[in-house]
Amino acid sequence: MKADVLVVGAGPAGLAAAVELRRLGAGSVLVADRDEEAGGIPRHSAHTGFGARDLRRVLTGPGYARHYAVAAAAAGADIRAGTTVTGWDGLPGAGGLHRATLTSAAGVDTVDATAVLLATGCRERPRTARLVPGDRPPAVMTTGELQRRVYLGGQKLPGRALIVGAEHVSFSAMVTLAHAGAEVVALVTDRPRHTSYAGFALAASWRWHVPVWSSTVVRRVSGRGRLDGAELADLATGETRFVPCDLLVFTGDWIPDHELARAAGVDMDPGTRGPVVDTTLATSVPGVFAAGNLVHAAETADIAALGGRHAAQGIAAFLGSGAGQGAGRPAPEPVRLRVTAEAPLLWIAPNAVRAGGPAPPRGRFVLRSDVFARLARLEVWQDGRRLATGVSFGMKPDRPTRLGASWTGKADPGGGPVTVRLA
Amino acid sequence: MTGAAGAGEDRPADVAVIGAGVVGTAIARALACQDVSCVLIDAANDVGTGTSKANTAILHTGFDAVPGSLESRLLRRGSALLADYASRAGIPVERTGALLVAWTPEQQAELPAVERKAHRNGVTDVRVIGTEELYRREPHLGPGALGSLEIPGESVICPWTTPLAYATQALAAGARLRLRSRVTGIRTGTAEHQVVTGTGVVRCRWVVNAAGLHSDTIDAMMGGGEFTICPRRGELIVFDKLARPLLSSILLPVPTARTKGVLVAPTVYGNVLLGPTAEDVPDRGDVATTGPGLTSLMEAGQRILPGLVAEEVTASYAGLRAATADRDYQIWVDGSRRYACVAGIRSTGLSASLGIAEHVTGLLADAGLPLAGRPEPDPPVMPYIGQAGTRPYQDAARIAADPEYGRIVCHCERVTRGEIRDALASALPPADTDGLRRRTRALNGRCQGFYCAATVAALFAGAGPGRRGPRTARPTAAERA
Repeated sequence: MKADVLVVGAGPAGLAAAVELRRLGAGSVLVADRDEEAGGIPRHSAHTGFGARDLRRVLTGPGYARHYAVAAAAAGADIRAGTTVTGWDGLPGAGGLHRATLTSAAGVDTVDATAVLLATGCRERPRTARLVPGDRPPAVMTTGELQRRVYLGGQKLPGRALIVGAEHVSFSAMVTLAHAGAEVVALVTDRPRHTSYAGFALAASWRWHVPVWSSTVVRRVSGRGRLDGAELADLATGETRFVPCDLLVFTGDWIPDHELARAAGVDMDPGTRGPVVDTTLATSVPGVFAAGNLVHAAETADIAALGGRHAAQGIAAFLGSGAGQGAGRPAPEPVRLRVTAEAPLLWIAPNAVRAGGPAPPRGRFVLRSDVFARLARLEVWQDGRRLATGVSFGMKPDRPTRLGASWTGKADPGGGPVTVRLA
Repeated sequence: MTGAAGAGEDRPADVAVIGAGVVGTAIARALACQDVSCVLIDAANDVGTGTSKANTAILHTGFDAVPGSLESRLLRRGSALLADYASRAGIPVERTGALLVAWTPEQQAELPAVERKAHRNGVTDVRVIGTEELYRREPHLGPGALGSLEIPGESVICPWTTPLAYATQALAAGARLRLRSRVTGIRTGTAEHQVVTGTGVVRCRWVVNAAGLHSDTIDAMMGGGEFTICPRRGELIVFDKLARPLLSSILLPVPTARTKGVLVAPTVYGNVLLGPTAEDVPDRGDVATTGPGLTSLMEAGQRILPGLVAEEVTASYAGLRAATADRDYQIWVDGSRRYACVAGIRSTGLSASLGIAEHVTGLLADAGLPLAGRPEPDPPVMPYIGQAGTRPYQDAARIAADPEYGRIVCHCERVTRGEIRDALASALPPADTDGLRRRTRALNGRCQGFYCAATVAALFAGAGPGRRGPRTARPTAAERA
């Protein structure tokens, strides 16, 4: 099987890229998704608020997922749900083509693609990855599992629930739990306060009477056979207390689903833990691009979709440059300068720039901070030279901080890496 | 209570094996294959749920056992038998070899003694190798190793499939399995024993005590009481498959009198295992992990294989070793009481299981239990859940014959609907999703259910989104097309 572009992942980024690739006339587009249905995470996010920035209207998660699945199919993309990329060595082979193995109920197939877009998204780190000790009862889950159980499986979850985390998705989990009939005890966060919208926390408090217990960590999970509760510790006082619950939901703390990217050997960014991408969203391997929450875990679905749309432009340009047309290899690309964030900033995406490269998606870089700051000054440095400054109001962990891209032209292509830090 | 005695059974069984761990299932298998009527009893809802499921999953050669001990002999015999059995039953085994790494001059000075001990245990291919070769073979090893001993025969094995294979074969040979039946008392008698369980009384001529952590309790019920089990908890951490390229062999510490220490080992599922800790705990049900335990393991991992701790942790768990005051196995048969005690199998039960079963069967025959004396039958062929061989999702012919083997449900572990269906329909089906995990690997991966837990739970329940399709979403254009 052949395709001009293989898109891995049919979430907002992958589907939006497919629509745009077809609109740009980039040739045949094959979208593979391992899930049984296209649409990605919004499929089971049954609340509203999707689509504001990319579609200029507001839809529910499932409605938003359907919109993109329908649009991509209508645009002529070949969407294969229930199809897993089970093999790919990353490097282009004969004729500059990438050969990937696809496994589905239809069998084991190979596809030769001129370009590949990785849009594999992100997941929440489960309890085990967070090294929370204690017993191992069931009823300890992530929001992803919770939402699939409730919104795709129609499951009811009576009983007391405790939510670990107090970022956007944590409040989303709270709404899901209320919908499923659970009584939410509290949201627990090790941060000094929640990192979502003030309105979400107010609604939690007023409508559902759910408090946020800040500067608090889960010390131990308790319950043999069935969950009894969790031992919480106050980080300020060191005091511990036992909170009985029937359900414990670990929310947020996102990590990119980077298995395929790493197996393919593309350069990885230690901050985002996704592939290093330049402002076209190209990775270190020619013809391989990455978009969505694989490169910035996690932004909202519309931001992921706009990233996918942006990557489609880069892919179309790559295809237009003659790659895979039988006309030999494209001209060597200009050197990429790495861009990294210094603590207490955690990461920046995109995290490479090329001389003459375009602006990043939406004309700006996105960063994550580990600290709160009412007013933060960002500085961009290269080889002891300050390239730019920026200002961020209301900087919060788990939330995007943005940095303009006007400085990219000032960076010395032959110079050292660029760093972004707080002044 | 006598009213329940032998409900539906007119004759007592020849043997009741108490404990369906890897040792109990191995004994039941050996007896059933010799036409001995056999009831296998366990308090849990599945076989292999105690120490058998939570260990380091290494198929030991026995190189560091106490020379001349029963453990040494049965370990050597058992590991050879199991290596052969596993290859025929489809139990995942990888012969990775092990490197015993010395980090201090004291440990380095021990290496020749360990080598001599290995040779006395009949493991003759063990040899000392220098640091240059060590780092060539394990380039990601932390700095500071002073020397190493190579044990080429050490392997990693699937601890879940092994007791399942034994139990499956025992059932096929006519053994009966009595799960969820905690033994609360034993009425010993001259003609028969009556084993009182939570689900009724089991009448039998012989009792085999393979109750692991509870073997001293059972022994006391049989009128013994000569030993006490002191549970020793071991916590372990399983790292992401992306860590697997960091090592090629099992990395062992130089053993001390107390424990084998913290090791780093590949698993047959393609992960990396770090552990165990060793801590005496009073509670025989306490398999909780602890903050200090996990922290100490991460520190050890940082020293042994620094790249490891940069990878994600997929799981952590704890198991209890059934330690006794005596270092050696507590295995004996008392013909007058028609009782076999198989206890104190501290941490080598998986490797020695077939050797122990052979030994116990022989002791029982010597004490008067009639055996058919027939040759060993072929083992059952178990679903293959290892990483090194071909899994159903990789098998084009198998998918062509049955598309359910192409429908991956658990993405992290690449478990298909076909495999889950097969496990649910097997001779020994899982009682819960944990049982399904041990049979298929579903839910065992890095996402811990973020993607698949809802579907797997639905498949287990036989309904829901897994089989009927999502409720809230209409078919997409892609699906209609």
